[in-house]
Amino acid sequence: MGVVGEGTRASPAPGAAWYTNWLATWTLAVLLFVGRIRDLLWRGRPRPPKGYAPLTDPQSSFYARRIYGRIHDCWNRPIASAPGPWVDVLERESLEGRTRATRALPPTGARRRCLNLGSYNYLGFAASDPYCTPRVLGALSAGGVSPCASRACGGALPVHSELEAMVAEFVGAEDAIAYGMGFATNSASLPVLCGPGALVLSDALNHTSIVAGVRSGGAAVRVFRHNDMRHLEALLRYHIAEGQPRTHRPWKKILIVVEGTYSMEGESPPLAAIVSLKKRYGAYLYLDEAHSIGAMGGTGRGLCEHAGVDPRDVDVLMGTFTKSFGSAGGYVAGSRAVIAYLRRHSPAHLYAAALAPGAAAQVVAALRLMRGEGGGGRGAAKVAQLHGNAHYMRRRLIAMGLHVLGDWDSPVVPVMVYHVGLLGAISRALLRRRVAAVVVGFPATPLLLCRLRICVSAAHSREDLDYALDAIRDVAEVAGIDYARPAGRLWGLRAAARRAAAAAAAALARGGAGGAEGGGHGGGGGTRSASGGGSGAGSWRGSSSSCCSGSASGGEAESEELSAAAADAHSCASSTAGAECCCDEAACACAGARAASC
Amino acid sequence: MRRLTRKACLLAALGLCAVAWSKAAEGPLRRALSFSSLATSLRDVDAGKIIQALQEMRLRPIRQAWAEFWDIFGPGGRLHPDWFIEHQGHLFIEGGLMAIILVLFFQSGYRPSKEQEEEPLTEREIDELCREWKPEPLVPDIAEEDQLPEPPVIQEWENSHWVTVAGRRALNLTAADFLGLSNDPSVAAAARATVERYGVGSCGPRGFYGTFDVHLQLEQDLAAFMGEEEAIIYSYDIATVASVIPAFASRADILVMDEGCSYPIQQGAKLSRARVFTFKHNDAGDLAALLGRIEAEEARERKPLCRRMIVVEGVYSNTGEVAPLRRIYELKERYKYRLCVEETLSFGVMGERGRGACEAAGLEPGQVEIICASMSGALGSVGGFCVGHSEVCDHQRLCGQGYCFSASLPPYLATAAIAALRILGTPDGQALARRVRGAAAELRAALAAGPPGLVLAGAADGPAAASPVVHLHLDPSVESRLGPRPAVAAALQRVADILLQRYGVFVALPRYSVLDEVHPRQSIKLVANAALASEGRVEHVASALREAAAEVLGGSDGGSDGGGAA
Ligand SMILES: Cc1ncc(COP(=O)(O)O)c(C=O)c1O
Repeated sequence: MGVVGEGTRASPAPGAAWYTNWLATWTLAVLLFVGRIRDLLWRGRPRPPKGYAPLTDPQSSFYARRIYGRIHDCWNRPIASAPGPWVDVLERESLEGRTRATRALPPTGARRRCLNLGSYNYLGFAASDPYCTPRVLGALSAGGVSPCASRACGGALPVHSELEAMVAEFVGAEDAIAYGMGFATNSASLPVLCGPGALVLSDALNHTSIVAGVRSGGAAVRVFRHNDMRHLEALLRYHIAEGQPRTHRPWKKILIVVEGTYSMEGESPPLAAIVSLKKRYGAYLYLDEAHSIGAMGGTGRGLCEHAGVDPRDVDVLMGTFTKSFGSAGGYVAGSRAVIAYLRRHSPAHLYAAALAPGAAAQVVAALRLMRGEGGGGRGAAKVAQLHGNAHYMRRRLIAMGLHVLGDWDSPVVPVMVYHVGLLGAISRALLRRRVAAVVVGFPATPLLLCRLRICVSAAHSREDLDYALDAIRDVAEVAGIDYARPAGRLWGLRAAARRAAAAAAAALARGGAGGAEGGGHGGGGGTRSASGGGSGAGSWRGSSSSCCSGSASGGEAESEELSAAAADAHSCASSTAGAECCCDEAACACAGARAASC
Repeated sequence: MRRLTRKACLLAALGLCAVAWSKAAEGPLRRALSFSSLATSLRDVDAGKIIQALQEMRLRPIRQAWAEFWDIFGPGGRLHPDWFIEHQGHLFIEGGLMAIILVLFFQSGYRPSKEQEEEPLTEREIDELCREWKPEPLVPDIAEEDQLPEPPVIQEWENSHWVTVAGRRALNLTAADFLGLSNDPSVAAAARATVERYGVGSCGPRGFYGTFDVHLQLEQDLAAFMGEEEAIIYSYDIATVASVIPAFASRADILVMDEGCSYPIQQGAKLSRARVFTFKHNDAGDLAALLGRIEAEEARERKPLCRRMIVVEGVYSNTGEVAPLRRIYELKERYKYRLCVEETLSFGVMGERGRGACEAAGLEPGQVEIICASMSGALGSVGGFCVGHSEVCDHQRLCGQGYCFSASLPPYLATAAIAALRILGTPDGQALARRVRGAAAELRAALAAGPPGLVLAGAADGPAAASPVVHLHLDPSVESRLGPRPAVAAALQRVADILLQRYGVFVALPRYSVLDEVHPRQSIKLVANAALASEGRVEHVASALREAAAEVLGGSDGGSDGGGAA
């Protein structure tokens, strides 16, 4: 995905046409501008007591307050069922009229059964399972809820050693150590492996837990461009030749850290090339298989199997149990010496509560199934089903003209949206169609590379996927994110302009949630929107919404629909936010006019 | 740097050049600003005041010299700037400036600076260097003094108070499930029902459909129990405070920590990159002095107001001592710091309602900004939580790393915690907590004199004795007698083995990581619990400890089975 700095830089997307980039930038600029104006006029955050600095830095929380805050109903949606192929999503009160930008929305009590394209339930172990659940219940009787002590100080149970042995065997390593949390697996193991004097070469898109681990160890870090082997080699050569900064002492060791499947890209690194590089230069390799263990490779043994690399050539194999195995925790597998050292010194082994026995038993049962025990090759069938589903989903999405990222086998299927403003509209529209998918924006991706992320599961049937694809097709058409659909140059330009107008309108409409979610539970939504009627801001609303739809009127039906939705949303914006609305509308009208004139 | 100065010179020269040109070109402006008007006014001054003054001082030669000087440099004089400019003399100035520019230009263009003079390494040389480089092994061999006996494994788990280890059924003094709430049938039933309904894992972070209704319920219950506005749960204990601290402190901010704080706090401080100051362990006087010093320093350097936070543990996991929270609270108010208290080992046990060390110190909910605790303590589950103002929790939902970037707590662990919390809130639960506090105090008092070779950490009575965790440190003199670390560890392990096999008491020997900046003395850790609170058990444990210690650590003369037993 091109050059992406620590995940915060807004770099143009190479896959998108120049005008898409340009217009996406423009939408963002409008949002930022409006946000700044609002910051000037309203505080939007509590005043700290006298003598204290504000609890949050206003500059660093700007994005959260002013952009994420407009669409935060798209995240943190609570569910009330197992995260299986279908979930019960709890509906929440609408976003409109809330004065505190990012405050969690209280649930209304209503539920909506949705197809689950959001959970990391790759192998379908999330819900209760005829093989796993009895074993988990057995472990609960045999080991309690939690030993309430660390593994090193009296919290070790037989199920832990059993789990570690099975993991080591499954991934093909000499030994393994299990922890109670995937994040802590990285953040507590990496500092043990690389302290001061060591150099870490880290992929630009590595997960926060890796960054935290490396940083708390005190090693030097250099970031190489995502999956760019030339850059990695150049860095290796440069740093081995130059040694440590200032002292020019040789580095004690160099650790390359990559992920098996990048969670926002669905891509895997070229593992064979990395292994040959690390062998040539004497570096060590740390592979985070959080998303690839269970999901990649013919029998789910992870990226090594997928790439045909001997797992013993990877020095440290890390993974989590939270994704494919539907449990909690993580592991590190490697040579006996490495694991012994971690057992002696890893803070998550010495200080943290041991992995809950139930969670451990779930992984043991899942690994058993993957190994082919317990009933007719269910494990192998799951992997085959997952890969089939992933291929099917990707193929169909690409055929729809969407920009789809990722490897064919990868269960993570990101669809590029580019416009921040469209994220909220897409997520809400999909939810209305009973599809629970995840949209990801800024902190997780660069500003201009926001996307819709679909996680495919082995538990999805073909009908499920077709259902999702129908909904996605309709929404994608309305939102106009089918960037790869063949279109004349000028046509593409005009469509893009309308898209940007729609995006700006949708983004600036704070009441969008009311429009999107209110539809689902008529009665509750009605009482809220009624209050918006008689305020003085009404005239503003009228003029701006007509302007928005006016800007789109020359075009196809697609963007009309979306801006109509936006106008709807406007007209039910509540009166409490009246003053703020004015400012919104003005900017929105301006955005619409400018975009239409392109 | 040098290049920069050169650039600046060039710019300045160019600027001067431009001024000179404009002087020559613009008639009226030049006249308005010309030197002649300046000079006339100068002469007025000289006529009126200066010459008179000079005459009065009878400094004729000087006056004469001045007059001569004025003939040449004054208006109409040969070297007066006006004349100079009118007779195209400015061309000389410009020529000179041009020359300077050229010199500077050629300098920067043609003479490479020192660091550029070094030839870059050739590919061959880099190849060679790469071949020659010998990396250290990925992990060092475990140093001999770091080698410890295999940690014990629980073979059979009856409940959190009674376990079988190495073939012997024993009272479990390692688990922090103080009240044994996880043994309650309602807790187990809740966990089982949730596993059947929701499966085990949450399969996603809180943001991405990983928020379950039971998480929201647990957060509500925790907030209500603690009397705070809001609570936020994390999926693991050591990730809690390590995520909370960086959410509220960054590079420019100040963190003041007790020097005895445990590793997760140290990690949080490191991740925040804030300026970290430490004060002497549990020494409020030192804290006061430190805060005063920092305030003076900040005022002297006129630093802008930054976020400042004091971080302490309610009960220190490395020593079992209770922090002087009342004093710390007063200091924090005086110096306007926020306070973060890690309550893992005090939550559920200390305080009248079981809210922890802050309550025990007489602090009201809301007075301490941030309280963090593990759910692997009194709640008998897994995970961590943080309570505080809703602003505190809201911000973590955006910035708490372990919250945003990790799968949420398995729902069954959340329902187990909900059930445990429900018991804790009842009068029965509070009575149980009181009994455990009593047992802890009794144990402390019984061990106050210290079994031979062991020293009780922290106070033996008073409010500090309410801590449910008792550390018995090895006496330094015994430690030096025993020799190197492995021998010390082996001796303590023998004490633990005797306690287990002969007396049926299972205790833990804490171990510490190389990453830990605190290096506590080796110790035996006892965690008081509800089973200890029953009739006669405290005395049994205390006498078992005395006897085992006497046997292994013996009298000071080195006899291994001296008559140290009381
Ligand atoms: C690459 C990577 N590593 C580690 C983790 C953390 O795992 P867990 O969710 O089990 O804490 C994640 C989870 O999102 C991940 O994507």
